[in-house]
Amino acid sequence: MQRTSLEQLEEDSFDVDVAVTNPEKVGDGMNAYVAFKVSTRVCRKAFFSVRRRYSDFLGLYEKLSVKQSLHGCIVPPPPEKSVVGMTKVKVGMDDPSSVEFVERRRAALERYLQRVVSHPSLLQDPDVREFLEREELPRAVSTQALSGAGFLKMINKASDAVNKMTIKMNESDTWFEDKFQEVENEEQQLRKLQAVVDSLVNHRKELCGSTALFAKSMAMLGNSEDNTALSRALSQLAEVEEKMEQLHQEQAASDFFIFAELLADYIRLLAAMRGCFDQRVRAWQRWQEAQSTLQKKREAEAKLLWANKPDKLQQAKDEITEWEARVTQYERDFDRIGMTVRKEVLRFEVCLCF
Amino acid sequence: MRSCYGLICGCGALWDVVSALPLQPRAVNVDLQTDATLQVDISDALSERDKVKFTVHTKSTLPNFKQNEFSVVRQHEEFIWLHDSFVENEEYAGYIIPPAPPRPDFDASREKLQKLGEGEGSMTKEEFTKMKQELEAEYLAIFKKTVAMHEVFLCRVAAHPVLRKDLNFHVFLEYNQDLSVRGKNKKEKLEDFFKNVVKSADGVLVAGVKDVDDFFEHEKTFLLEYHNRVKDASAKSDRMIRSHKNAADDINRIASSLYTLGTQDSTDLCKFFLKVSELFEKTRKIESRVAADEDLKLADLLKYYLRESQAAKDLLYRRSRALVDYENANKALDKARAKNRDVLQAETSQQLCCHKFEKISESAKQELIDFKTRRVAAFRKNLVELAELELKHAKVTMT
Repeated sequence: MQRTSLEQLEEDSFDVDVAVTNPEKVGDGMNAYVAFKVSTRVCRKAFFSVRRRYSDFLGLYEKLSVKQSLHGCIVPPPPEKSVVGMTKVKVGMDDPSSVEFVERRRAALERYLQRVVSHPSLLQDPDVREFLEREELPRAVSTQALSGAGFLKMINKASDAVNKMTIKMNESDTWFEDKFQEVENEEQQLRKLQAVVDSLVNHRKELCGSTALFAKSMAMLGNSEDNTALSRALSQLAEVEEKMEQLHQEQAASDFFIFAELLADYIRLLAAMRGCFDQRVRAWQRWQEAQSTLQKKREAEAKLLWANKPDKLQQAKDEITEWEARVTQYERDFDRIGMTVRKEVLRFEVCLCF
Repeated sequence: MRSCYGLICGCGALWDVVSALPLQPRAVNVDLQTDATLQVDISDALSERDKVKFTVHTKSTLPNFKQNEFSVVRQHEEFIWLHDSFVENEEYAGYIIPPAPPRPDFDASREKLQKLGEGEGSMTKEEFTKMKQELEAEYLAIFKKTVAMHEVFLCRVAAHPVLRKDLNFHVFLEYNQDLSVRGKNKKEKLEDFFKNVVKSADGVLVAGVKDVDDFFEHEKTFLLEYHNRVKDASAKSDRMIRSHKNAADDINRIASSLYTLGTQDSTDLCKFFLKVSELFEKTRKIESRVAADEDLKLADLLKYYLRESQAAKDLLYRRSRALVDYENANKALDKARAKNRDVLQAETSQQLCCHKFEKISESAKQELIDFKTRRVAAFRKNLVELAELELKHAKVTMT
C-alpha cells in the first residue's frame, strides 16, 4: 500500500517554481503596504509574474482552507500577521529591524508559495491559478484583523475547541492514533526548542551590546595608561573586541533568520497537520450525528406504524430515505478523508522534511 | 531542598578529592622575587558549608622561625585581620599595602544549585545530570579562584622587603592554633563605616592641596583617572562574560533538546537532528571555555588592579595627609614662636611631622615605581596568555 502511494506522489508532481522578490513600499502613512513580485515558471517554459501584497497571500490561504480542508488536505499556513512589524514599516522608519522584518516576511512567503505549488491537488485549484496569473486581485477584506469575517472566524474556532472536548471519537484505525500522538509530541518538543533558540538569540544580542561597551572602556583605559607599549596593546585589544562584537551580531542575525524562523515554520506546519486530523474527526462526528438522527427517524416511523397514521407515515418514510442517503454519504466522506489524510501525512514525511 | 543540601555536602566531599591536588600558584601579578628565604603558598583548601579553610604552607630559612617548613590552617577572617593590622600600623603608612583578598562568595552558585534542585522534576534525566555537572564545574572554578586570590595576597606580603618582617605576619604563618580572630561585629562594622566616610571626605579636602613634588602630582592625577577607568572596564568585562556564559548555557540546552528529538526515531530527519546536536555540543564546549578564559585572564586581572590602584591611592592619601599635618605643624610652630608659648612642644611635633612626611615620600616613590613595573608585567603576561588560549580554541574550531 505504501509503495503505490509513493509512486502516485511522484506522478502527481508538476514542475512549477515560484519566487517572491522585490519588496517595495507602496503608498504612505497608515495605508501603506509592501508589495512583492511573484514570479512563476511552469515546466521551464512559461514564465509570468504579478505583484501581490501580504493580505493577498492571506486571502489565498483562507479560500484554500475553507475548500480543501473539507477533503482532509494539509493546507500550508502562511507567515503570521505582525502588527508591530508592519506599523514600523508603514511609518517609514528605515532602520535595520524593519528591513530585517521585510526580508523575513519575503522568505517566509516564498516558502509558503513553494509548498502550495508542490502539492498536487492544491495546484489544480483555480484559486491558486488565479493568484499566480491574474493581474489584479480583489482586495481580500476578510483577512483584516478587525473585520466581521475575523470575528466569525474567532467564534468558529471557539466552538470547534468546545466540540473537540465534548465528543470523543473511538478510533478504529490505530495508524491515525499513533500518527496523531507523534505529531503532538514533535510539536511540543519543537516548541520547547524554539523557546530556547529565542533565548539564545536574545543573549547573543546582549553579548553584542556588552562587548561594544567593553571595547570602549578598554580604549579609554589604554589612553590613560602611561607605558606606551601597554597602551598600544590595550587599544589593539579594544579594536579586536569591536570586531568580535560585529561577528557576534552577524551570528545572532543568522541564528535568527535560519534557525528560529525555520523552526517556527515547521511548528506551524505541524499545527496544520493536526488541523487535518481534526477535520477527519469532524467528519466522523457528522457521520455519527447523521446515524443517530436516522435512528430517531426510524423510531418515529415505527411509532407511527403502531399508531396507524398513513399520511404521516409517507412523510416519515421519505425522511428516512433521505437520512439513509445522508448517512451513506457521510460514511463515504469519512473514509475518503481518512485516505487523503494518510496520503498527506506520507507526503509530508517524504517531501517536506528538510 | 534536601537534595540540594546533599549536593552541597557532596560537593564538600568532591572538594576534598580535588583539593588534594597541588594547586598551582596562579599569581595574577608577577615580578615577585621568589626568595629562598621566605616562600609561602596555599597547599590545600577545604570548602565547608559556609567557610573555606586554607592550609598555608611556609618554607623559610629565616632564623626567627622555629622550623624550616611548616603549615597552618587559616580562614578568611584571619587574612582580613592580617591585612587590617598592616593598614592600621603607622609604620607602614609609606607602603602600598597589598589589597585584601575578597570574601569567598558561593552565593550565586548556591542559588543556581537550589533552582536546579527545585526544577528536577521538569527536566529529563540527561539534562539534569548535564546541568549538575556544569554547576559543579562552576563551583570548582570559583573555589580555585578564591584560593588563588588568598595566595597572591600572602605572596605579595612575603615578597615585600619590609612587610615580610612584620611580627603579625610571622604569627599568622606559624601559630598553629586558632588565632581566635572573630569577624567584626556590628558595632565595629558601623565604626568602620563612619571611618570610611570621614576618610573619603578628608580625601577630597586633601586632594585639593597641590603637591610640591611634580612626581607625586603627576602620579596623583594619573592614579585617579586610572582607577576610575579600571573600575569601568572591570564592570563592563563582567557583564560581557556573563552574557557569554548565558549564551553558552542556551546552546547547551539546545543541544540536549535536539538530542532528545533525535533519539526518538531512526528516520533521516532524526539522524540529522543528532548530527546537529553534536555540532551544538561542540560549539558550546568551545564557547564556554572561551568565556571562562576571558573571565580568568581579563576580568580577574582588571578586578585585581582595581583593588591595587585603590591601595596606591590610599598610599597617596596618607602622604598628602602627612603633608597637610606637616604644614599645619609648621603653622602651629610659627604661631607658637610668635606667642612665645609651648615652643618646644610645637618644635618637636613639627620635627615628627617632617620626619614622617619625608619617610613616607621616599618609600612612596619607590613603591609607586614598583607598582608601575608590576602592573605592566602582569598585564603583559595575562594578555599574552589570553591571546594564546584564544588561538588554541580557534584552531580547535577550525579542525
